[in-house]
Amino acid sequence: MTQSPAPHFKQPLQESPFHERARALSQVDSFIPWAGYTTVDVFTTMEQEYFSIRNATTLYDLTPMIKYRVAGPDALPYLNRLLTRDVAKLKADRVAYSVWCNDAGHLIDDGTLFRLGTDDYRLCTAERQLDWLLDSAIGFDVEVAEVTEQIAALAVQGPTSCAVLKSFGLEGVERIKPFEIGYFNLGAIRLTVSRTGFTGDLGYELWMEPDAAVAVWDGLMSAGASRGIRAIGSQALNVARIEAGFVMPNIDFVSAEHTIRTGRDRSPLELGLGWLVDFNKGHFTGRRALLEERARGPQRRLVGLDIEGNKPAHNALLYTDDSGRHEIGSVTSAVWSPTCKRNIALAIVDAPHFHVGSTVWADIYLNRELVWERRMSRARVVERPFFSPERRRATPPADF
Amino acid sequence: MAGAATSRYDCIVIGAGHNGLVCAATLAKGGRSVLVLEAAATVGGAALTREFAPGFRVSAGAHLLHLMPADLLKDLKLASHGLEWAAQRMTSTALLPGGGGLSFGPGAAGEGRSAGGGMASTALLPGGGALSFAPSAAGEGGSAGRGMAKLPDGEGLSAADAQAFADYNARMRRYAAALAPILSRPPPRLGTTAWEDRLSLLRIGWAIRRLGKRDMRELLRIGGMNVFDLLEDNFDSAALKGALGLDAVLGSNFGPRSPGTVLTLLYRLAGEYAAGSAGLSMPKGGMGAVCDALARAASAAGATIRTAATVASVRVEGDRAGGVILESGERIDGNAVISSADPKTTFLGLVGARHLDTGFVRRVHHLRCRGLAAKLHLALDRAPAFNGVSGAASRGRLLIAPSLQHIEHAYNHAKYGEFSSQPVMEITVPTQSDASLAPAGRHVLSAIVQYAPYSLKAGWEEGRARFMDTALDSLERYSPGLRASIVGAELLTPVDMEREFRISGGHWHHGDLAFDQFLMVRPVPGAAQYRTPLAGLFLCGAGCHPGGGVMGIAGRNAARQILGTSVAAP
Repeated sequence: MTQSPAPHFKQPLQESPFHERARALSQVDSFIPWAGYTTVDVFTTMEQEYFSIRNATTLYDLTPMIKYRVAGPDALPYLNRLLTRDVAKLKADRVAYSVWCNDAGHLIDDGTLFRLGTDDYRLCTAERQLDWLLDSAIGFDVEVAEVTEQIAALAVQGPTSCAVLKSFGLEGVERIKPFEIGYFNLGAIRLTVSRTGFTGDLGYELWMEPDAAVAVWDGLMSAGASRGIRAIGSQALNVARIEAGFVMPNIDFVSAEHTIRTGRDRSPLELGLGWLVDFNKGHFTGRRALLEERARGPQRRLVGLDIEGNKPAHNALLYTDDSGRHEIGSVTSAVWSPTCKRNIALAIVDAPHFHVGSTVWADIYLNRELVWERRMSRARVVERPFFSPERRRATPPADF
Repeated sequence: MAGAATSRYDCIVIGAGHNGLVCAATLAKGGRSVLVLEAAATVGGAALTREFAPGFRVSAGAHLLHLMPADLLKDLKLASHGLEWAAQRMTSTALLPGGGGLSFGPGAAGEGRSAGGGMASTALLPGGGALSFAPSAAGEGGSAGRGMAKLPDGEGLSAADAQAFADYNARMRRYAAALAPILSRPPPRLGTTAWEDRLSLLRIGWAIRRLGKRDMRELLRIGGMNVFDLLEDNFDSAALKGALGLDAVLGSNFGPRSPGTVLTLLYRLAGEYAAGSAGLSMPKGGMGAVCDALARAASAAGATIRTAATVASVRVEGDRAGGVILESGERIDGNAVISSADPKTTFLGLVGARHLDTGFVRRVHHLRCRGLAAKLHLALDRAPAFNGVSGAASRGRLLIAPSLQHIEHAYNHAKYGEFSSQPVMEITVPTQSDASLAPAGRHVLSAIVQYAPYSLKAGWEEGRARFMDTALDSLERYSPGLRASIVGAELLTPVDMEREFRISGGHWHHGDLAFDQFLMVRPVPGAAQYRTPLAGLFLCGAGCHPGGGVMGIAGRNAARQILGTSVAAP
C-alpha cells in the first residue's frame, strides 16, 4: 500500500494541465474550487454551455476527479468486498458505476470502476478516501494508490462528440459501446477513451498523461470547430446531470464518513440505487445491514419530481398536501429542464409517499425583485431519468 | 483441500485454554455436543505448566490464581476433577531496596468473605526486608483494618500510613463488591431499546448509586484517575505505594501515571472479590493443573477434546460460520463456532477480512494488544533467600516495585521501544509450596518482568540476553548469590508468548484492559456480547468482557449467552 507523495497542503488550489486553455476561454472569470483544483464554473453563460451539451460537443475538465489505482492478486476480492456490485462480472476494458457503503449500509461514495487489466483497476470517486480504501485493504494482497495527479481527464460530451473524436483521429471510436474502454495512439500521445459521462447524453471521457493534455485540448478544439464544440463549466453540467437523474455527493447525499447527525446517512436503497446492490455475490461491507434494511423496507427514498409551474423548487420542503402541515421530505436538486420543458427535481421523500405516481406538495420560495413569495406547488413522483435519449446508447452513434 | 465433512457438533470451541475449557464444559453441561480443538499438544493455552529445564516445571504464563470465581470452581466440580491447592491466601511482600520487606498478610483466618485468606503480597525493600500486606486489597469490608493489624511499623510505614491503608482497603473493597457483579454478565449494548441492555445498564448504575452518596462521589472522582495520583493522595510510604501501584499495571500497557489505571486496579480488585475467599492461590502442579481439571470436567460433561488439532480457518457458508477447517485439511461442521483465541487471530486470521465489514475490521486491527510483560523462569540448586525476608514471606508473592516513580521510569523505556533498565517484577517461588515442580531440594523461581515491549526497537533476538541479564541483576540485588545458584533459565518475551501461545502481540489479556477496551466495547463494538457480526461465530476468550487473567468468566459468560441463543442448524 503506497500513498501519493504529492504535498497537497503546499498549494491550496492546484491548476489542472488544462488550466491555461480554460483561463484563456473564460469570459466571466468564474472559477470555483473542486477537490483541491481551481475549476471553471461558467465560461460564458450557463445556458449557452448547457445547450452545447444537448446539441453539439462540449469539453469539461475532469482532472480533479479523484482516481485510485487498485492492483494486485487480491484486487478482485478486495473490490468485491468494497463495492456493492459484483465486480467479477466486470470484463476487462469495461467500466461499472457503483457505490460503496460503511458497515451500517450507508453510502460512503459513488463512482466508476475501470477494469484496465486482469488485476488492474481504477476507481474514480468524488471524495478523497484513501483511509477507507486502505482500511478496506487490511487482509488483502492489494495495492491502493491515489493517482489523481498522474492522469489528466477530459469529458467530451454531446450528440456530435463521436464525430468530433473521429475527426480528431480516433479511428474506430464509434465502435466503443456504452461503459466500454478503448485505447488509442495519436503520434506519441496515448489516450484511454471510455464511453462514460455525467450528462446522460452521448459522450466519452478521455484519460491521458498530463503532458499530453494541452495537445489533446487543442486538437479537439480544432477538430470540433465546425461541430459547435465549446468548453463548459460545472453549472451547465449540473443541469444536464439532474436531467439524467444522477445523484451528486454533498448535494443529494452526504457521505456516511462525513455526517455528524444521526439519520443523515443514506443507504443505496434509499437513494434508489438498489439495482447496484448484489446480495448474491458474497459478502461486502454493509451487506448485513442492507439485508436488514431491505427486510424492514426503506423509510425514505430519493425520487424524481415533476413539479407544476416553472419555478425551480430549490431546497423546497415537501408536504402531503397544500396545507403544509405534514412534512414528508425535501428537494435536494432542482432545475427547470430546458430540454424536457419540465420543472424537475430530485428529492428525498418519506415512506409511503415515494412511489411513482404519488402526489406531494413543494413549498417553493421565489425572490421577485427582493420580495419573497411562497408558492405551494403540486408535484408528482416520476421515474428517473428525466431525459435519456436514444443516442446515449446507440452504437455506432449517428454521424454529423 | 477440505475433505468431506467428517463430523458435526453443536458447538466447536477453538482453543483449550481455561476460557475455552470453561466454555466447553458449560456448554456440554447445557446439553450441547461440544468439540474442543487445541493446536498445542496439551490443553492449557497460556495457563500451562511445562518443563523449562530438565526436571524443573513452571507455570508458563500466569503463576497465581486469584480471579477464578469460587462458584465456577464449584459448578464444574474442579476439586473432584483433581484440582488441589499448593497454597492459598498467600501473602504479598514488597521487597525493599535496602533489604527487608513490607508484608501484606491475608489477615485473620475465617474473617468474613475474603479475609480468610488471600495470599499475601510482600514488597521487597532494597535494604532488606519487605512490606507485607493482606491479599486482595479488598481487606475485610468495614473491618479491613483488623486484617492489617499485624503490619510492622517497619521502615517507612508510619502509623498514619497503617491507618490510611486500612481505610483504603475498606473503601476499595466496597467498590470491588459493587463492581464485581458486572463481571459475570454480558455487558449491555448501547443504543438499543432491548430491555436486557437497559436492565444491565441500570444494574451498573444502581450498584454504584447504592454505595451511598460519599462513596459514589469518591468512586466517580477516582474512577478516571491514574493510580499514581490516587496512591500519592493516600500514603507516604514509597514501598507501599509501589506495591499497590504494581497491581494496576501488571500485564498491561500502562505506567502508574497512565490515565485510567485506577479503573484497571478496581477491575482487578472486583475480579478478586468475585473470586471469593481463596485469595492469591497456587494450584498444586502449577497453573496447568487448573486446565487439566477443567479438561476433565469438560470431558465428564460430554465434551470431546482434541489436541494437536490446529484450526486453519473458520468455514463461512451462506454468511454464517458453519464449522472449521483444520490445518490437516480436515473439515468439521458445527452450528456454532466459539473462539477463545484473541480477537485479532479470530477475525483477521481464522475468519478473514473478506467475510467482515471494513469498519469492524478496522476496529479489530486497531485493538491495542501488544504485550509488555515477560516471564522469567529460573531453575535453582537451592532455595533463594531474599535479604531480610522471612521464609514465610518468601512462600508468598514478592514484588520488586520500590516506588511509583520506579515503575513509571521502568515504563518510560517501554514507551520508546526499549526494555526497562530497572524492571519491576512479581516473583513467586512455587517450589516453596509445591515440591513436585523440581527435583528434591531444588527450586523454581517464576517472575513476571516488566516492561518488555513486544516491539523492541533493537529486536528480541538482540535484546533477549541483555534483558535477561538486566532482570537477573535486579534479582541479585534483593537476593545476593541467586545468580550462582541458577542451573537453568528461560525468558519468555511477548514475542515468544505470541509464538508459543498463539496470542497476537503476546498480550496476557488479549488486549489492554483500558477504558476504551472495557465492558460494552471489549474487544470492539459489534462483538462485545460474545456474539460477532458473523452469525454462528462467538468469542469466549480473554479479549472479551471481563478480560484476562486466569479467570474463566469470559468463557462462562459466552457459554451462557450461547445457551440462551438459538443455535439451530442453519
